[in-house]
Amino acid sequence: MSHDEAEEEVMVLKTRTEKKYGMVVDIDRCSGCQACVVACQSENNVRINDDRDFLQRRAVQWIRIERYWEGEFPNAKARFIPMFCQHCDSAPCEPVCPVYATYHNNEGLNVQVYNRCIGTRFCANNDPYNVRFFNYWEPVWPESLRNQLNPDVSIRSRGIMEKCTFCVQRIRRAGRDAAKSGIPLADGDINPACVQACPTDALVFGDLKDEDSKVHAMKNDERSYQVLEHVGTFPSVYYLKKVDKHATEEGHGKH
Amino acid sequence: MQQRVELTEREINRDLLRPNLTLQLRFFVVVAVCGAIVAMAGGALAYAIIKGVGVYGVNRPVMWGFIIVNFVFWVGISHAGVMLSAILRLAQAEWRRPATRAAEVLTMFALGTAALHPVLHTGRQWRTLYWVFPYDFGRGIWPDIRSPFVWDPSAIFTYLSGTIMFVFILLVPDIAVLRDRTTGIMNKVYTFAALGWRGNARQWQFQIIAGILLSALILPVFVSVHSIVSWDFAVAIAVEGWHATIFAPYFVIGAVHSGVASVITFLAVLRWVFRWESYIRPEHFDALARLMVVVATAWFYFLVVDFAMGFYTGEPAEIALRYAQMGEWPGNMLFIIFMATGYVLPIPLWLLKNVRQSPMMMFWSSLFVNIGMWLERYILIIPSLAKKQSLTFAWGHYAPSPIEVMLVIGSFALVTLGLVTFCKFFPIIPIYDVKEGRAFEQHIRIGKVNVPAVFREE
Repeated sequence: MSHDEAEEEVMVLKTRTEKKYGMVVDIDRCSGCQACVVACQSENNVRINDDRDFLQRRAVQWIRIERYWEGEFPNAKARFIPMFCQHCDSAPCEPVCPVYATYHNNEGLNVQVYNRCIGTRFCANNDPYNVRFFNYWEPVWPESLRNQLNPDVSIRSRGIMEKCTFCVQRIRRAGRDAAKSGIPLADGDINPACVQACPTDALVFGDLKDEDSKVHAMKNDERSYQVLEHVGTFPSVYYLKKVDKHATEEGHGKH
Repeated sequence: MQQRVELTEREINRDLLRPNLTLQLRFFVVVAVCGAIVAMAGGALAYAIIKGVGVYGVNRPVMWGFIIVNFVFWVGISHAGVMLSAILRLAQAEWRRPATRAAEVLTMFALGTAALHPVLHTGRQWRTLYWVFPYDFGRGIWPDIRSPFVWDPSAIFTYLSGTIMFVFILLVPDIAVLRDRTTGIMNKVYTFAALGWRGNARQWQFQIIAGILLSALILPVFVSVHSIVSWDFAVAIAVEGWHATIFAPYFVIGAVHSGVASVITFLAVLRWVFRWESYIRPEHFDALARLMVVVATAWFYFLVVDFAMGFYTGEPAEIALRYAQMGEWPGNMLFIIFMATGYVLPIPLWLLKNVRQSPMMMFWSSLFVNIGMWLERYILIIPSLAKKQSLTFAWGHYAPSPIEVMLVIGSFALVTLGLVTFCKFFPIIPIYDVKEGRAFEQHIRIGKVNVPAVFREE
């Protein structure tokens, strides 16, 4: 491929999609059931975390439910906040990688290129949400789980970083199906595993640039806020704070 | 200055070449011990490569551990060479003469050892080369120059190659002295390395010009190296304890602090091991200690500003981080040791002339400084990661694994091995420089005492 052709290709890629995928998490609906965690685990071939992984604080969970206690004992309340890669527009993890193993694609996704990663772990340090996971050990699956691995998702070997992809394999498949059938993608056609699994519909996924989409309407809700906004990361994930007359002013931030 | 023993040129040659021309059992003992420790560290590294970096104590969120702390420490030590050698050479400070080469050689080995650390650190060690060198041109994928990690190797290798050149050019006349005094294989090696040095006026002229040029050229590199190392931390907007604009000068001055201290330690050991009392004299320790008082106080100022600014923000997460650095176990213990060894103990001691002129006291106090400076890097790097942002659910802690401890010990053994080997094969005190100093020296009579003094005509 000549240089001009390559440049043309890049231009085509840039103009082809005008999307910016994002998610809205309604904290008010979240019951902390962790169905999303399990769904993500099986969809994305995330390693099986055993005791050792948790004790060493090296468990890999692309989405985790952070649990905060509020109040003193008799009136204690558990607050949940699902935390996963925020696919920030100005992601701090991206510019610190010396080998371009993570970058922003034109759909608003923060993409991790496993083959390029050498494991400096700088991105994880510079990630305010602690949602990048490093494979300290070679992942192993018990024999009985070999056949449940998702063939659309590569397995990450040890020594590299991995994180939530917004189930990019599902986005790609939906795009291919749409191209094949000629029916354009509609809002709600693409659902990451966590969104699909959520029993209370606390997670909503969609194109933030599409003004008719559900996420676009929800992100402009008066309850909407973003986590660690002050760091200046411009996340693609919006949270809707809990509706609770006893709740403190902020849905999170006071722990 | 005090009165001193008058030495003839013959005596200088005899004393300074003794380690190079005679074989001593203790050399083999030190090499064997250090070699064994380095081999052990090599085994630890092999284990880490085979099993994965899970054998280290790093976790989430503390993704960087002892290896990075040690890396910053050794890069810091390497700042002694140029600080002492280049700046003092340009400033024509007479007392630099016996210390310059020791400082440069320490720089060389400390920096070489530091350059190994990224290989120990990365998840896929066999791919670390991709980080250092641009690769995959065909697909247009280049290293990301926005990352300070790309500038790290370029700064370190520039400094390393500059230092090696510097050491070598200043070593050539001394290699020629060795060439004239050896036989057999060593003679052939020295003959090759001496580059046909005859000691005529033209060669001396070139050698001096090259030395001054390299001194001047290496100075900006010296400032850049630790600045760039500090950016590894300072650009991390997500880590509140790291994201400070003050980090570059703070790290550079801290590096000079630990570097000059390590040169003092090295000189004290040399003086003791080779009985070079008439070369490395109390007045040299005195001058180095005076320099240290200034450098250490400048560094302390940056330290105070860094912490004061942290508290000034008043953000809960930042306060929690400072508390972890100073109030929580093991931070409180480490912080007390760090403050005591890094500043509070040695600096008042160095204000006393008796201490400054006592090699034994200088040895211990300078060793203390480096214990403190190692802990300083630990305190700056680790707690900041453990308490990164206000999402307290993800906060963590860190404890080193035995493998990491072995690698850290191994790095010290590796530097020692390098220094010992260098002292065996090359004169660690520049012979011609000492003689040159003698040539400049004149004696003035003050009362009944003959005091050496140097007069220069500019």
